[in-house]
Amino acid sequence: MKHLLRAARFLKSYRWLALGAFVCLVLANGASLVQPQFTRLIVDRGIREQNMSVVIWMALALIGFAVLRSVVNFAQGALMARTAQGVAYDMRNELYSKIHALPFSYHDQAQTGQLMTRATSDVDMVQGFLGQGFLMTVGAVLTMIGSLVFLFVTNWELSLVMLVIVPVSFGLFTVIATRIRPMFMQVQQRLSKLNTVLQESLAGVRVVKAFVREPYESQRFADANQELYDINIKIARTMSFMFPMVFFISNIASLAVYWIGGGQVIRGDLTLGEMMSFANYMMMAFWPMLMVTMVIAMISQAGASAERIFEVLDTRSEVADKPGARPLPAIEGRVRFANVTFRYFEHGDPVLDDVSFEAQSGQVIALLGATGSGKSTIVNLIPRFYDVSDGQVTIDDLDVRDVTIESLRSQIGTVFQETTLFAGTIRENIAFGRPEASMDEVIAAAKAAEAHDFIESFPNGYETNVAERGVTLSGGQKQRVAIARALLLDPRVLILDDSTSSVDFETEQRIQEALKRLMEGRTSFVIAQRIATVLNADQILVLDKAKIAAQGTHEELMARSEIYAEIYYSQLLHAVRTELSGEPEGEPVGGRPGRVPEGAMRAAMTGRGPHGGPPGRMPHGGWPRREGPPRGGPPGQGGRRPRKPERKESD
Amino acid sequence: MFGRHGRGLAREKEKAKDSFGTLLRLLTYFKPFTGLVVIVLVLLVCNAAFEVAAPYLIEIAVDQFIVPSGVEGPRWLSSIVSEGSSLASGLSRVMTILLGIYVLRWFSMAGQGYLMNVMGQKVLFKMRTEILDRIHSLSLNFFDEREAGDLMSRLVNDTQVINQVFTMGIVRLLSVSLNLIGIVVTMVSRKWDLALASFAILPVMILTTTVFARRARKAFRRTRETIGEVSSELEENISGVREVQAFARERQNVAEFRQINRANRDANVQAQTLTSAFSPTLDVLSNTALAIVLGYGGWSVVRGWATVGMVVGYMAYVQRFYRPIQMLSSLWTMFQSALAGAERIFELLDTEVVVSDALDAQELAPAQGRIVFDHVDFHYKPEEPVLRDVSLVAEPGQTVALVGPTGAGKTSIVSLLMRFYDVVEGSISVDGQDIRGVTQASLREQMGIVLQDTFLFSGSVMDNIRYGRLDATDDEVIEAARLANAHDFVTRLPEGYNTDIGERGHNLSQGQRQLISIARAILADPRILILDEATSSVDTRTELLIQRALDELLHGRTSFVIAHRLSTIRNADQVLFIDQGEVVERGTHATLMEAGGKYHDLYMSQFRREGQEEHEAVAAGVDPRNDGSKPSA
Repeated sequence: MKHLLRAARFLKSYRWLALGAFVCLVLANGASLVQPQFTRLIVDRGIREQNMSVVIWMALALIGFAVLRSVVNFAQGALMARTAQGVAYDMRNELYSKIHALPFSYHDQAQTGQLMTRATSDVDMVQGFLGQGFLMTVGAVLTMIGSLVFLFVTNWELSLVMLVIVPVSFGLFTVIATRIRPMFMQVQQRLSKLNTVLQESLAGVRVVKAFVREPYESQRFADANQELYDINIKIARTMSFMFPMVFFISNIASLAVYWIGGGQVIRGDLTLGEMMSFANYMMMAFWPMLMVTMVIAMISQAGASAERIFEVLDTRSEVADKPGARPLPAIEGRVRFANVTFRYFEHGDPVLDDVSFEAQSGQVIALLGATGSGKSTIVNLIPRFYDVSDGQVTIDDLDVRDVTIESLRSQIGTVFQETTLFAGTIRENIAFGRPEASMDEVIAAAKAAEAHDFIESFPNGYETNVAERGVTLSGGQKQRVAIARALLLDPRVLILDDSTSSVDFETEQRIQEALKRLMEGRTSFVIAQRIATVLNADQILVLDKAKIAAQGTHEELMARSEIYAEIYYSQLLHAVRTELSGEPEGEPVGGRPGRVPEGAMRAAMTGRGPHGGPPGRMPHGGWPRREGPPRGGPPGQGGRRPRKPERKESD
Repeated sequence: MFGRHGRGLAREKEKAKDSFGTLLRLLTYFKPFTGLVVIVLVLLVCNAAFEVAAPYLIEIAVDQFIVPSGVEGPRWLSSIVSEGSSLASGLSRVMTILLGIYVLRWFSMAGQGYLMNVMGQKVLFKMRTEILDRIHSLSLNFFDEREAGDLMSRLVNDTQVINQVFTMGIVRLLSVSLNLIGIVVTMVSRKWDLALASFAILPVMILTTTVFARRARKAFRRTRETIGEVSSELEENISGVREVQAFARERQNVAEFRQINRANRDANVQAQTLTSAFSPTLDVLSNTALAIVLGYGGWSVVRGWATVGMVVGYMAYVQRFYRPIQMLSSLWTMFQSALAGAERIFELLDTEVVVSDALDAQELAPAQGRIVFDHVDFHYKPEEPVLRDVSLVAEPGQTVALVGPTGAGKTSIVSLLMRFYDVVEGSISVDGQDIRGVTQASLREQMGIVLQDTFLFSGSVMDNIRYGRLDATDDEVIEAARLANAHDFVTRLPEGYNTDIGERGHNLSQGQRQLISIARAILADPRILILDEATSSVDTRTELLIQRALDELLHGRTSFVIAHRLSTIRNADQVLFIDQGEVVERGTHATLMEAGGKYHDLYMSQFRREGQEEHEAVAAGVDPRNDGSKPSA
């Protein structure tokens, strides 16, 4: 209920419309109250007294009055529609804006379907309540009071019937409404559960099929379906008994009028016309009561809907502009992390623990580390997708929390791990961050991203429609569009997250070219999977166990970081490991770590041995496949065994 | 997004193409409940009888007791009201009967409502099950052509409308119609001229209703179209909210949304305004009818053609007659949209299953894993061949690497092997058995796949890994996770293996999701393994560890590997270079390098990048960047 009162505040911007509707409602209801008087006059003065002219005039007056009332009714409906729809419009806009303002941490938890429900059917529910329910209740109550007054004035004895029926039926109706309320909430919940299963079966159809899990999914669905069925039956049981009861009570009321009133007419205390108008007023007093109950039932649903809506609207976005936040001036691109600690969950383990580093303007910072070691977290903190739990992140010495988010993010380009494109044309997708960009700019960005050629090869070129979630483009093509999208922003700070997965060599090479171009002269944070990228970095941050385990250039790290050396070798191994039977050379040929003999390198590159022999010689310490882990371990690590998978990995 | 209109539900059609056929088919769902249907019908008829009886009794009460008209009462009356008893006691007798009728009416209404609800829910239950089964049995072609979101909203909305019709629509429609018939019959049979006067306004009413209904349908169609646009806009931007925020596009999006939202608001206002005009108009008409009855009835009474009670009774009839007519028209609209929804659902249920088990399909015996592609052609659309004349033999235990540019057809090859699609020409066999001759379940059960796009289900990490083998114990799941190198990060999640992973695993990194999907495949322990870019999103160090696990896994299994990392390919027993749907080179890494063809070129280009810079750097002993010229494109 309190949520609904809050929702009623949305009416504020439409108060004149709402007031107009209300006035019309009062008029219409007043008119309804007068109408039975015509019937009474026709019966008593006309028919009973056999006065034809009264009959005819009153019949015409009845019609004229109905016309008047209808006009007012129509005005009320039309005004109401504008009010209620206006409220729905405002609510949706607000929800939509809010969803956009909520931080990643919220969206990590939220399900698209649930948010959708809130912005669609929940809004409709509240709108319906405010429009139909709220106003009509007021109108109904007025009618009820009015007709009760008429009833008592006409015949107070007969009116006593009402004094019995009103509280009884009201009590009954309220009981129904309170019983139904939780059931309807359950229906909503179970329906959305069922829909989740359906949705997953649709979206994950490949996995379902590949693992032959149709029976399992069917079972899951059947369970959800059964639960929904059960609650619906429960509602049916209550509703199908209770609702006819409402009719029953109304019938009893009119029965009482004919019974008691009839007795009075027989005794001559009442005229027939009076009795009939009395029956009319009785119905007028009764139906509003029913409507009030229905509105009460609606309150439960609308209240739940309003609650869900406000749940979203009230979610405090910890990532929000501070009051008085200034726009970030055009930045140089100096990024500093000062003792940054970050936790996803309040009391969880830190994902970043006291991390400090500084990136000078224009530097390339490579982030290395095992999956989940916190690389993505670092880059997510820069555009303030999350807020630090402790410490601070600054750009050009300004704390990112002190500037407006929009100004911050518009100066940072991001290429995500997973490329999401939007329905629309390729041009629109590239211009995503700067919708006002000219066609030339879009083309320039696409060219730099090595995307121009394939885009041009489509029949519609830049106007080619990208289907929902970018399914018509291949993975590599999507990625290049995403790169062009970032390029078009011409950002000072660039974030590349694992951006070259799932493409073939050739495409990847193109992408690498594009990325290089993209990074030029910008402060770039690259979550790198390839040593080649790392080698070009000005700084390498090696993350381990939520901390920076090592930091420096490639050279420095090779000299002093074991973890780095390990990653380095595994990478190198990876790159040049060959399959054929060559014995692993147990000893490093070069002396210090990282030195790869030229011959071996060439061998690996050409697939020939260092001396023109058969390909497949290991340049250094690899192990042939299917022999399990190396016995000696790679060179350059002083014979240390490589980390085993079982070892607790950093995160 | 981008203010595109006409998407989403826009193509929804209002009316069923074949209303009658759809209705018949919908009715067949009620066949198992024939007995109940009969009971409901009987109750409906009783209800209609009660509906008619009440005004009649009131009329009797008025004419015989309240304002005695002197007209002789019906014969049955004398059996309950003895001659000479007082008017008041006669009135009480009639009223008692009326009370009884009201009680009966309550129960008959409750009974029919309950039974109809139960049947409706049962039918819906069955229908939903059928929908899901059909979705599972459809081949991937179907899903390639449709947006999951669109399909989803259609299914949800359509079943919802049908639900409404089943739970209240049908009963109301039938009871209202029956009541109307009952009333008309009674009115005409009792006094035809008064009945005629009562119905005088009916043609006008029907005409008005029809005109309004037509316009309202149009208006409401527009509201549905616009809400469809609102929904797809929401859907897309909620799932793409990360991009939106990263590109600080919120303002633009909000502006675009406002526009779509406004269109929806305006459509709704228009539709509701129309509705607001409708019921007052009907109100005028029914009041006119009332006035006519009163006028003509009054005149008849004056002339002595009718009794006062009769006029009172006809007034009650008229009210009971015109009110349901309004209801009837809205029920009719609802009914029609339900039929349209049902038709769409039937359309889905009738979608031909392209890939289905042959009638005599056998279980595929535990496979050795010898796989043969024999001159396989494949296309989705005839004009765009995807695979042409692909032949290959994979001996048991071999690893076959598929290499080639994006879009060459690599994924199609493995999809055909899984029989997600059927070949157009040629055949695929496992251990000499054509895969079209075995059941899909037995075929896929022996295959494990790790896909490029990791899909995780809502549920715990444990559930998601167990998806690979449902009867696996917790220990086995954990063991698989260990092998896939997922154990460590999983144990660090807030609730370890019981952590709920959100939709699409958003609170996990893509690498972590991939590890889970690898664990899933490991747990499934398949004979034939397909890795489609399985390790593309994990860092090299993790990949190396997974690779070791995979090496272990690959051992003794026939495997098809699509990967862009060299090592995997180099280790393969066979390398097939696919280009534009054809196998252009085949051999081992060594022989292909020797041959110096496309594979060689590709390999070199990749290698140069991964190795050379480093090689140079290391050889020079300096960071290549330090020479001042940053390598650029």
